[in-house]
Amino acid sequence: MAETVPRPVLELDGLTVRFRLRRGDLTAVDGVSFAIERGQTFGLVGESGSGKSVTAKAIMRLIPDPPGEIPSGRVLFEGSNILDKSDAEMRALRGRRIAMVFQEPMSALNPVFTVCDQISDALRTNLGLSKAEARERVVELLSLVGIPSPQKRLDSYVHEFSGGMRQRVMLAMALSCNPGFLIADEPTTALDVTIQATILELITSMIERLGMSLLFITHNLGVVAHACDRVGVMYASHIVELGDKREIFANPQHPYTVGLLNSIPRLDGHAKYLTPIAGSVCNMMEPPSGCKFHPRCAHAMEVCRREIPRLKEIAPGHLAACHLHDRGTA
Amino acid sequence: MTDAAATLLSVKGLTKHFTLHGDIYSKLAGEKTQVLKAVDGIDFHIRRGETLGLVGESGCGKSTTARLVTRLIEPTAGEVTLKGEDLLAFSRGRMKEARKEVQLVFQDPYSSLNPRKTIMHILSRPMEIHGLAHSWAEKRERVLELLQRVGLGVEHIDRYPHEFSGGQRQRIAIARALSVDPELVIGDEPVSALDVSIQAQILNLFRELQKEFGLTYLFIAHDLSVIRHISDRVAVMYVGKIVETGPAAALFDKPLHPYTKALLAAVPEADPAKPAPRLTLQGEVSTPIDPPPGCRLCGRCPRESAVCAEIEPPLVDVGDGRQVACHNL
Repeated sequence: MAETVPRPVLELDGLTVRFRLRRGDLTAVDGVSFAIERGQTFGLVGESGSGKSVTAKAIMRLIPDPPGEIPSGRVLFEGSNILDKSDAEMRALRGRRIAMVFQEPMSALNPVFTVCDQISDALRTNLGLSKAEARERVVELLSLVGIPSPQKRLDSYVHEFSGGMRQRVMLAMALSCNPGFLIADEPTTALDVTIQATILELITSMIERLGMSLLFITHNLGVVAHACDRVGVMYASHIVELGDKREIFANPQHPYTVGLLNSIPRLDGHAKYLTPIAGSVCNMMEPPSGCKFHPRCAHAMEVCRREIPRLKEIAPGHLAACHLHDRGTA
Repeated sequence: MTDAAATLLSVKGLTKHFTLHGDIYSKLAGEKTQVLKAVDGIDFHIRRGETLGLVGESGCGKSTTARLVTRLIEPTAGEVTLKGEDLLAFSRGRMKEARKEVQLVFQDPYSSLNPRKTIMHILSRPMEIHGLAHSWAEKRERVLELLQRVGLGVEHIDRYPHEFSGGQRQRIAIARALSVDPELVIGDEPVSALDVSIQAQILNLFRELQKEFGLTYLFIAHDLSVIRHISDRVAVMYVGKIVETGPAAALFDKPLHPYTKALLAAVPEADPAKPAPRLTLQGEVSTPIDPPPGCRLCGRCPRESAVCAEIEPPLVDVGDGRQVACHNL
């Protein structure tokens, strides 16, 4: 099996991340597996505390150890396991091959350096450009992400930009060394809806234009519906459903996905009451036995309390981790 | 407009300007002080038992409006009428009574509940202040009732806020608002800090309580789908101005103001078959600091004409209970 089958850019295989805290162990990511094909946008969706961001940090090897550790699993980036790499190899990878955009541009960017300084830092370290070359490239990048009159904004500080413009600066920094793979962790969550629309448009057009692959982390199902090709739904450290976007929205198979979709108020039809998911997210320090969703699930059975359901293929490319599908009962 | 008896709260020309005091250098240089027009002459009314949704982007003056109508800050100009009486002329004593009638639920249940007090204390204190319950037993009974009503267990009564999740805390904040039997409840982004599955629970709770107690809501949010879901009528704000009001269904189905249209087109709907979100305006939100004369949407609007830069469009009736502030309808 040499190079005949196209390999995915990124493949997670049973990734587990655990934090050893004074109060006990907390498993934030538990056996997460998915693959992202070249040119694909993969949406990782879930509510707060489900393990989305920890997954992203593990891919970038940004989990502090201690207290964090990765007891099992592999993260294959272009075929080689990121978790086996040395720190020097990781430095060569970060920024140059894999880049990341964070939710809060104000805290992710440095307030005491100008925008040009920050972006050219990466360019000079990673690509060995001279100061003048880097400056030129920064102008190109800023205009690429749609910052008006970039020549003038070059020496501005982060606080002189609006929220949307800051996120553009972040994106320019992420794109600076032509990475093939981008991780965007809630890049539009802190933004107003009109700004969100422009940033989403910008990200999707950049991905297409530069032929990149994208891991898009969000809690907003609306954003997933428009920005992604394939979707993974996370709940309490597990991936509970995985499939193509259209399949997930038209034909959700896991009770949690169904519950999430029913919880969203719609812009059209005027339902008087929503059908929320009962209860609240489990305490990850003392997770329930078996399926983590069973205390909130309307279909919970005896087996759900005992066994953690595994991801099973329900239709081609559509997987769900639910005991309801054990004997073909849907 | 409507008969006075049916109107619970009405607001006319409500204005709040903040003077920005520059630093000493700009003063020495003789620079003019700037004025931030957070709320700039807005009119609206809320009828008994209805929900008015106030929607807009950050910095448009939604929360300032909430603070003005509760007199947490004093307006620069304008009138606020509660049940036919001039709220701004109330004495201290009368204002205290009015506070019982108008209650607030804030966005962040982590900072709106005192971490050092038990739930019993948090929920019984308003009753004490307004003299609604006297003996300890009476208070405790009322608090237990309230807890059950908002979907919490009686065992929660002696716990502290940190022992609760975000959704549960918001239930406590709602119970606190209800503890004094208010008529008007103002929710200032009460569900925006919550995850969707919890947000749906709290939205349902708001609706059930409205039905049960005949409450009137002023519901402030930036999320258009939430506003669409909860509101009977909607007012859309942009940089200190109301640009469009009307019944929720009509306004969302057929928005008239270019800004309302842009807001709706920008919402990513959780359905891949719906059109992708896009921005139909140019540039970014205008500044409320010393805004130029004319329409606030000037320079961003696809339907702009010469008059827009000069004359501010007034909010005019366009029939079916709708009002729009635009020169080029």
